[in-house]
Amino acid sequence: MDSQKMVHQANQIAAYFEVYPQQRAEEEVETHIRKFWEPRIRTQLINYPGDGLHPLVQKAVAALKNDTGQSA
Amino acid sequence: MAALNSIDCGTPKRESDTQITLEIDGRSITVPEGTSVMRAALESGISVPKLCASDNLEPYGSCRVCLVEIEGRKGYPASCTTEVAEGMQVRTTSDKLGQIRRGVVELYLSDHAGTSRVAGEQDQAGDDELLALAHDLGVTENRYGKSGSNHQNATIDASNPYFDFDATRCIVCSRCVRACDEVQGTFALTVDGRGFASMISAGTDSNDFLSSECVSCGACVQACPTEALIEKNVAAQGLPDRVEKTTCAYCGVGCSFNAELKGDQVVRMVPATEGKANHGHSCVKGRFAWGYTHHPDRITSPMIRERITDAWREVSWDEAIGFAAGRINEIRETHGRGALGAITSSRCSNEETYLVQKMARAVFGTNNVDTCARVCHSPTGYGMSSTFGTSAGTQDFDSVEHCDVMLVIGSNPTDAHPVFASQMKRRLRAGARLIVADPRAIDLVRSAHVEADYHLQLKPGTNVALINAIAYTILEEGLENRTFVEERCDIEEYEGWREFILRDENSPEATEQYTGVPAASVREAARLYATGGNAGIYYGLGVTEHSQGSTMVMGMANLCMATGNIGRSGVGLNPMRGQNNVQGSCDMGSFPHEFPGYRHVSIDSVRDIYENEWNVKLDVEPGLRIPNMIDAATEGTFKALYIQGEDILQSDPNIKHIAAGLEAMECVIVQDIFLNETASYAHVFLPGSTFLEKDGTFTNAERRINRVRKIQTAPAGYADWEITQLLAQALGYPMNYAHASEIMDEIARTTPTFAGVSFDKIDALGSVQWPCNEEHPEGTPVMHVDTFVRGKGKFMLTPFVPTDERANRRFPLLLTTGRILSQYNVGAQTRRTANGQWHGEDLLEIHPSDAEVRGVKDGTLVAIASRMGETTLRAQISERMTPGVVYTTFHFPETAANVVTTEFSDWATECPEYKVTAVEVTPSHTMSDWQKRYIATRERQQRIGDAGPAPVRSSETVAAGFDGGDK
Ligand code: SF4
Ligand code: SF4
Ligand code: FES
Repeated sequence: MDSQKMVHQANQIAAYFEVYPQQRAEEEVETHIRKFWEPRIRTQLINYPGDGLHPLVQKAVAALKNDTGQSA
Repeated sequence: MAALNSIDCGTPKRESDTQITLEIDGRSITVPEGTSVMRAALESGISVPKLCASDNLEPYGSCRVCLVEIEGRKGYPASCTTEVAEGMQVRTTSDKLGQIRRGVVELYLSDHAGTSRVAGEQDQAGDDELLALAHDLGVTENRYGKSGSNHQNATIDASNPYFDFDATRCIVCSRCVRACDEVQGTFALTVDGRGFASMISAGTDSNDFLSSECVSCGACVQACPTEALIEKNVAAQGLPDRVEKTTCAYCGVGCSFNAELKGDQVVRMVPATEGKANHGHSCVKGRFAWGYTHHPDRITSPMIRERITDAWREVSWDEAIGFAAGRINEIRETHGRGALGAITSSRCSNEETYLVQKMARAVFGTNNVDTCARVCHSPTGYGMSSTFGTSAGTQDFDSVEHCDVMLVIGSNPTDAHPVFASQMKRRLRAGARLIVADPRAIDLVRSAHVEADYHLQLKPGTNVALINAIAYTILEEGLENRTFVEERCDIEEYEGWREFILRDENSPEATEQYTGVPAASVREAARLYATGGNAGIYYGLGVTEHSQGSTMVMGMANLCMATGNIGRSGVGLNPMRGQNNVQGSCDMGSFPHEFPGYRHVSIDSVRDIYENEWNVKLDVEPGLRIPNMIDAATEGTFKALYIQGEDILQSDPNIKHIAAGLEAMECVIVQDIFLNETASYAHVFLPGSTFLEKDGTFTNAERRINRVRKIQTAPAGYADWEITQLLAQALGYPMNYAHASEIMDEIARTTPTFAGVSFDKIDALGSVQWPCNEEHPEGTPVMHVDTFVRGKGKFMLTPFVPTDERANRRFPLLLTTGRILSQYNVGAQTRRTANGQWHGEDLLEIHPSDAEVRGVKDGTLVAIASRMGETTLRAQISERMTPGVVYTTFHFPETAANVVTTEFSDWATECPEYKVTAVEVTPSHTMSDWQKRYIATRERQQRIGDAGPAPVRSSETVAAGFDGGDK
């Protein structure tokens, strides 16, 4: 996926969940991406070097890295 | 008309706790209080003649052929207008009664053509109940003659493409007028003049049906007891002689029909009285627009080609399936199973959809399967699952009869769900209140005898701000139903929601700057919703097709829970599904992250069920969604797509990107009834079947599973599920269903909410609403009655995040898209019927003030441009629009409205934001270059066979026709 589009979509998810308390928001963003994003796109997100990611997405990326490390 | 197989009991059914016993012709009969003598008789098999009465209309008492004698009463009362009374003694026949009835019939015949106009019926009664009655009563001569003043010189009004009005056969019983008023709710007809001069009129200057308010639903044709109103088909082809029951394949209402056939030919479609979604009513599409099934454009042979630039080559089924399987195998070997995928269709049956997702998961070995609901109701799935626990409309349609306040948001029922709209309007005429939230003044806002109490004319893209403001008002003014919330909902989540909603930013006063709706109206509407009695929310794609579609669905669900408007009749949250089987295709596991019954692919226990049933190992990871497939294709990791009954090139956003993705694939298999737009990019074309050509089930918007039945054979020989099965077999997977019912048996075996469903049960009950299982053996009309599917209802927070698509100096207008009554979705079916006479092209509706500053005149061509692309279409100046907002439909490929829509989408589901695109509109005189190129590509890439010079039509000719107003 075009990386701008990917960043936009990930940030949209964060923009929804950021209304929740910090810890729950972090979990929800990660779970959402885990549940609905196909592995190719998750990998693209994990490997995305650029900036512009919402802090909640950055947290999720960190969590997904561990996660994917195990299952892949 | 005289429908086959249907018993008309003359007057509507009445319900009462008091039972009345009377005697008719010496037989004791017990019926509910309020029932007419006519109905009591007819229900018990005692015949009473009638002409002006029909059981879907209130009694009228004008024709006087239904007279009876009642012990102790003077004269001869009309049985249709006389209610039963305890101990009443009725006689339906006597010499005197016979004499009066014959006199009436003779009088009618003195101003009637006297013979049937149906082909082959000249000596019979044909479709005419008056002629039939004359035969029964033995009226042969006519003492009145035809010398007096009469209507026998009137000409036939043949303006409607589907039915005629012949005044020489009209007996002015007003059944048509009453059907139009009471059943359809359009009030298009009147009786002009008085006494003998009186005549039915469609009430326009030219006085013909086509140019009148008539929406061609056909209710009047069905109601007419003579052949004054008659289907052209019946008059020309003769009377039908047998009936097959089936279901309309157009919208999510899912009307039941009796297909009336003469031999193997469908002669007419009559909405079934016992149909639980439609109760004997239908719209113009279901009743009349089925001619596409034998349109010459139907593809009758499988076709293949090496490259999409080659002409199509007609081949045998073996060769086509072998070719497709060969390519899929090659691609899988080289690129892996992740390079394969499938798209299911909301226009196909449950069984067919189930099979395509099974094909992807079990045969291709990937969860890359998605459906067109991605672009319509995917947010409904996400939003309802999060709050209530499952993705389903909470009510049956009939629930609206108990609704006191309707909140209609982003849904245009009179165009998109016409039969349900008629039911809504009936309830509104009986006193229910109405709130409409829509940027456009849709018909419901003001039409004959219906007027919205509030029209909240919000700016596109601000739904969430509005729903928050409504919730704010309810909480701030203490109008919530605390008892319900405490008993039924997760209280912690509720408290969190309450705290969130009561923030100042959500007040009607604060949100007005975004929504443009005056705070005072929001407050009044909120009060009405919360305190007006049973309140039901009805919503459509105006809710879902936004970057916050899912948030909005949750916002509405919150409102239902906070006010206790859920879990009983008359209330709830009702998604109006666009296509016939949107609900079903979602239920059947068409989404890449879930199996049938909305169960995530990562759940081990669920995968176990399917691994055992299908005998394969299944992937635990979610697959690609449609837009992801297209992206992956342009990146080179996605190569083969099997598309059943969908036309993504026309229906999905950003056509240019879709075309690039399709072009990058190595094997695109399109299975459809016509060579659709997507097929320009396909390598294999598999000709499919229409709803008349297969057995199966559709699930309508109220979760009702209805049967379709095979009435004729598909021109290429196979039902769609059989084609999927052939492909699976060629790929080496054993798939051997002998009948669609066996697929449903497998669905029932593996899906708890469908556990009790079978073709036998549906045949016995007529239809059944899921969940249907041990707990609810006959189905479930209303959901979440004592507890929510997820246990406690869960309030979700709904922050308003404005979309990134904003109007600016370059693109100062907002475009929103929608649909129209006579056309359906991408139009592949309805464009191939006479429905084009009502709507032959996509029009751009624009407010007079926006038009004026741009020099745009009504009926002229305009170019509409967004940052994505540009297209040309004709303008229609319309006060329905708010200034700043323009509107169009997407029924015609030449317009290609989706070349301007953006790739912005719902945050949770990637449902495209069709309802908000920033655009500019300028006068134009010709098609855009892009449109011309598009047409040129299509003409080139749809050539069949090598013979003849190609392309068939040049884009210049098409453009010239378009510019000149060709349809
Ligand atoms: S077809 Fe329907 S809308 Fe038209 S006049 Fe008849 S009842 Fe009314
Ligand atoms: S299109 Fe919808 S309302 Fe019209 S007949 Fe079909 S199911 Fe009924
Ligand atoms: S049927 Fe009773 S008066 Fe016409």
